[in-house]
Amino acid sequence: MALKLSDYKTEVHNDWCPGCGDFGILNAIQMALADMQVPPYKVTIFSGIGCSGKTPHFIKTYGIHTLHGRVLPFAQGAKLANPDLEVIAVGGDGDGLGIGAGHFVSAGRRNVDMVYIIFNNGVYGLTKGQAAPTLKLGMKTKSLPQPNVNNSVNPIALALVAGFTFLARGYSYDVRHLKDLIMKAVTHKGLAFIDVLQPCPTYNDINTKEWFQGLDNIDPETNRTMPRMYKLEETGYDGVVHDPNEINQKMAQVIEKSNEWGDKIPIGIFYQNEHVPTYQERITARIPDYMENAPAAQQIADKNGKTITNIDRLLSDLQVDK
Amino acid sequence: MEKTTTNSLSWVIGGAQGSGVDSAANIFSRACAAGGLNVFGKREYYSNIKGEHSYFTVRVSDRPVHAHVNEINTLVSFDAETVFRHFEDVTADGAIIYDTDVVKTSLDETPTVDDYASARIKKTLQKAGLGFTVQDALEHAKRRGVMLFPMPFFQLLQEFAQKANDPALSKLTRMVNVMALSASMAIMGFDSGVLARAIQFIFRAKKKVADLNVSASAHVYNYAKAKFAGSNFAYQLKTRPIGANMIIVQGNQSSALGKMVAGCRFQTYYPITPASDDSEFLEANEILDLNDSGKKGSTVVVQTEDEIAAIAMAIGSALTGARSATATSGPGFSLMAEALGWAGINEVPVVISLYQRAGPSTGLPTRHEQGDLNFAINAGHGEFPRIVLASGDIEESFYDTIKVFNLADRYQMPVIHLLDKAIANSVTTCKNFDVSKISIHRGSMVKQITDKDKGAAGNFLRFKLSDDPISPRVVLGTKDAIFWNTGDEHTEEGHISEDPELRVQMMDKRMDKLQVALREIPDEDKAVAYGSGDVAIISWGSTKGAILDMMEKLEAEGTKVKFIQIRLMSPFPSELVNSMLKGVKTVVDIEMNYTGQLGSLIRQHVGREVDFKIVKYNGRPMSLDEVYNAVKRIMGGDAPKRQVLKSGA
Repeated sequence: MALKLSDYKTEVHNDWCPGCGDFGILNAIQMALADMQVPPYKVTIFSGIGCSGKTPHFIKTYGIHTLHGRVLPFAQGAKLANPDLEVIAVGGDGDGLGIGAGHFVSAGRRNVDMVYIIFNNGVYGLTKGQAAPTLKLGMKTKSLPQPNVNNSVNPIALALVAGFTFLARGYSYDVRHLKDLIMKAVTHKGLAFIDVLQPCPTYNDINTKEWFQGLDNIDPETNRTMPRMYKLEETGYDGVVHDPNEINQKMAQVIEKSNEWGDKIPIGIFYQNEHVPTYQERITARIPDYMENAPAAQQIADKNGKTITNIDRLLSDLQVDK
Repeated sequence: MEKTTTNSLSWVIGGAQGSGVDSAANIFSRACAAGGLNVFGKREYYSNIKGEHSYFTVRVSDRPVHAHVNEINTLVSFDAETVFRHFEDVTADGAIIYDTDVVKTSLDETPTVDDYASARIKKTLQKAGLGFTVQDALEHAKRRGVMLFPMPFFQLLQEFAQKANDPALSKLTRMVNVMALSASMAIMGFDSGVLARAIQFIFRAKKKVADLNVSASAHVYNYAKAKFAGSNFAYQLKTRPIGANMIIVQGNQSSALGKMVAGCRFQTYYPITPASDDSEFLEANEILDLNDSGKKGSTVVVQTEDEIAAIAMAIGSALTGARSATATSGPGFSLMAEALGWAGINEVPVVISLYQRAGPSTGLPTRHEQGDLNFAINAGHGEFPRIVLASGDIEESFYDTIKVFNLADRYQMPVIHLLDKAIANSVTTCKNFDVSKISIHRGSMVKQITDKDKGAAGNFLRFKLSDDPISPRVVLGTKDAIFWNTGDEHTEEGHISEDPELRVQMMDKRMDKLQVALREIPDEDKAVAYGSGDVAIISWGSTKGAILDMMEKLEAEGTKVKFIQIRLMSPFPSELVNSMLKGVKTVVDIEMNYTGQLGSLIRQHVGREVDFKIVKYNGRPMSLDEVYNAVKRIMGGDAPKRQVLKSGA
């Protein structure tokens, strides 16, 4: 029997603010899973802390709501112990690029085959609107006592140099586009990152839904509003590394595109490189049966509860008469 | 002639870090063990890669030994600093083997002897009217009766190169460690064949190196044998038949071996002394043999970006059902505190091997302390259940490692296995590990759930409230058993809840598991009493060895004391300890920390004040003699309430 969208929804009351961009991301994740017909029990959604951290509670798959900034280590641990799990990690920009930035960079180096989605709204919402790592320098959202004194981090560029092998940006109000990105991220071989622009209607009064729609951005010739978002794929941009020789050129265009902000903001796939071995493949190079006999799958005791591990070979090295 | 002591001595080799002190000590220990003798060895070293002074103490005996002693009977040196650092500790009937090329070296030309040590040594030499060279230090020892064995190592190396017809060999100063060791074996009359076999074994990975060292060793052994033929050194080693099924094992191998047998298949770590060896041993042996199966097992070891990631990954892995652990020391464990609480509230079985070292902060990063007892018991904000088990020696640590995984699974909580630098960096002979004893219990982990495990909404109740505080557990990926975890207080399904009544029920459920644990855990895992007497020593962890050896020494003099080794540090086995302390008149707390942390626990849980404290916090493990002297003082009635031990270079 085909799985329906409702099969991925829980009864838990959703207490996000009305108009929150998180709803679009939640819907996109559920739609992607339903489209791919992934059995819910095979999926585990991990989250960090904050509004986005509540996401797993609204999705009827295994849901692990972890600690502030630590979602990636939790998620990687589970995926490495059981590579059969479909692992999706989610979190806010403060969670992933502030307190969790070290894990973000290290995850890139590993390239574990899973997905990481950042709900990027420039503010710490649940703690009442402090400046988050993606808020631009000098911005003063309404709850800030002073303009933001820190420069913003560029999540896509940071992910690129850290080693993530799939980089995309979505917009939470373009749910179908985001759903497609999530499906591509899930099928990507390696660590996929999606930076989702997600207006916080309560605390970010600068990068609002209206701002992204370009209601203030009037074309002087046509007198029409110009949405700030545009789709990379519609410009002929190709982020896929088809041949390892292209890596430098493909990386360079990611830097250039990811720096675009203001009146023109690209969304879509910035980069995809499946020539980098995943962490699972690196383990398999040393432990040949790792994928079939991963830590979670291994039998460790016989039916009488006796250990089946035999350390005689190692103990014999310790024998005094050796 | 002095009396000869056969098969009971304390042997020390020292040298610059990186000059092969460890290899030489390993050869010595293995040779003695292969010669049917018992050894206990411990390694001391600086936080340094090359150049600073390191040394290895090995106590050898025909009886089982569990601790080192302060005094040195045979001091083996091949540099100036080793003589300066240790000449005062050599017994009057002992010996110093030294390099004739360094005798003119003065303390001031030995920059690795820091100002504090230098000032102390100078004071000693000055008092004797001596100068500050190696020669003066040797003279100081000689006046006390110490025998001196001059060895021209450079010249011997040249001769050896000539004999082997390979002038390049004279540059192989790396072999001086083995040469010095071999000289000591010659004066102690140790069997050169057994020695050669031990050298072969230690260098077994490099045949050429092994052969070369064996030849160089023989050359020096014969030289020393001939030159010091009439010396009649008071300490002799005679090989004996080997005891049945004995092994020689290092403390940084035992817990890792235990993890393999326990079925730990996922371990994370961030590099830290003295815990890294545990992970590296697992990684070096990541492919595992299995009984009656063509299949192999394997351990995935992940080096993480920090200790926060280390514990978080281990927890993530534990959620999939893989037995998972992380190994660290104090600074790393400090970083793990928040995630420890997450494992507590989400009832995740995860094991933390906590190899204590001297704190606070970086402290003495390569030195020993048992300063993290309170922290292990209390780390993390809020209140959540955990189990803390402390091993007393290398052999115990092997079996305990299997137990901690069983406890974690049974009670679904984080378990901290307390180990320390003294265990990690010591070597001992003991009975071979008996794997047949070992059972694996995975508690209430189930492969599939039944309808009664489901709530009204049809979801699995991972944190089901019932008479049994321990709920059935499934792992991520189980069909039809979806659950949620959150660091927030939660419902039975695992969703966030701030309901005040549910909060109380969930807190009670989690904390009640500790009562179940206290009921079920066998007494021998809670506390072990040795001997009997009016005076009871309470202690925990690696002080066990010195205390046991001290008791043997006291008993030989006709004095008996009781020793209560506490093993389960949390939840505290109050009832058992209380019963063990019944009838005891004097309680003596022996611990490697400043405040006497176990003493406070006893007061807290048993309501009894300890009468005397013997503490040590200079970074060096307790020796048999200092524990003996301190306890003797208490027995003699002239001891202060708190004695601070200070031995060790």
